Amino acid sequence: MSIIELRNIRKSFGTVEVIHDVSFSVEKGEVVCIIGPSGSGKSTLLRCINGLETYQGGEITVHGERVDTGSSRIRQVRARVAMVFQRFNLFPHRTALENVAEGPIFVKKEPREEVLARSRELLTRVGLGAKIDAYPAQLSGGQQQRVAIARALGMKPDAILFDEPTSALDPELVGEVLAVMRSLADEGMTMVVVTHEMGFAREVADRVLFLDGGVLVEQGPPDEVLSRPQHPRTQDFLRRILPS
Amino acid sequence: MTHFLSQVPTYLPILMQGVYLTLLVTLGAFVLATVLGLVWAFMRVSGIAPLAWTARTIIVVVRGIPGIVTLFYIYFVLPDLGLSLSAVQAAIIGLGIAYSPYMAEVFRAGIEAIDRGQTEAALSIGMGWDLLMRRVVLPQAIRVALPPYGSTMVMLLKDSSLASTITVAELSLQGKLLASSTFENTTIFTLVALIYLAMSLPLTAFNAWLERRMRQAR
Repeated sequence: MSIIELRNIRKSFGTVEVIHDVSFSVEKGEVVCIIGPSGSGKSTLLRCINGLETYQGGEITVHGERVDTGSSRIRQVRARVAMVFQRFNLFPHRTALENVAEGPIFVKKEPREEVLARSRELLTRVGLGAKIDAYPAQLSGGQQQRVAIARALGMKPDAILFDEPTSALDPELVGEVLAVMRSLADEGMTMVVVTHEMGFAREVADRVLFLDGGVLVEQGPPDEVLSRPQHPRTQDFLRRILPS
Repeated sequence: MTHFLSQVPTYLPILMQGVYLTLLVTLGAFVLATVLGLVWAFMRVSGIAPLAWTARTIIVVVRGIPGIVTLFYIYFVLPDLGLSLSAVQAAIIGLGIAYSPYMAEVFRAGIEAIDRGQTEAALSIGMGWDLLMRRVVLPQAIRVALPPYGSTMVMLLKDSSLASTITVAELSLQGKLLASSTFENTTIFTLVALIYLAMSLPLTAFNAWLERRMRQAR
């Protein structure tokens, strides 16, 4: 059974439709990378999956449960599909440890000591065992993004959505974040990643989706989509961004 | 100067009786204005149109009426409608209501200054509106709102003298009564001014200390 399923999704901002009839599903343990030009609707689509954006047509389900921002169940759905943001969005008034522990303690009501112990382990796992008491402002961009990943993991999610997780980072900090994401993929975490990192998509993704103008133009294994794209729009996009 | 200093022991104890009422009215009105201000601010940012509209109307109407008229209304008009309050109660409620729009705008500015990404991060880990406000938005909004909040408190301390218009014998009225019976205008009003200053300076200093502490905690 698919963990995430999108059927004929349509999304509009006012009268402008930005997502046109997009359907795809994500299986357990699968890594799906969504690529495409700026403004193609990649982030919007991702944000629809955990209900940060509403959609006007079609249906999104997580473990068979409909994602509906008006529903009283939306909080439970969101807690199962964690999100990592382009600009980290860590809580600046809380330490790295508190950022990770916040959701499990206050949303999931798990025992505090247990959560704190697990949060320490998660921060160690992303290479920040020595920074648990640091505030976000005391961390580099790469470190902040790794805390954000640990925060997402702290919720014990069924899947994690990554919204251009390396786009706001200095080039020398991109590698440390991608390394953490690669290890998550190796451990079988279900991931949907909006990214411009073609190397990461090629190496880690099970499937690559190419979105252009709100339309899902092409999808398939990374070797096919990135090396032998069938659609002219995909070919044109890859020609522009990949070194010849 | 010598004359002034020699008169201080005589008049200070009498004026200090007014200080008690000044502090009572200020503190009471401050608590009420804070509570009401929070309610108006939450209604405005709730995203629920009727609540936001109601709060906006209350803010515009109350802010457009002078505080002294609000006090007169509560003290002189409400008894006609069957609700009689003591002068101190009327002063606390009147000033609390009159200051609530300013508090509301201070809080709203603080809340709306918080980056939208914070809200999204909180929602994405399953927080509802109450947790989002309590754990994420308000702790950050307080830092933004604290300087104007402190200034409003000092303004309220000074405006507590409006209570004298409805017979509350707070510091300024006590001073006026004393001056009119002794004709020691210079001594008494200088003392009154100094006492107000002595009350507001610690408030300002406390506010500055709190701001520094919060900056360090960040």
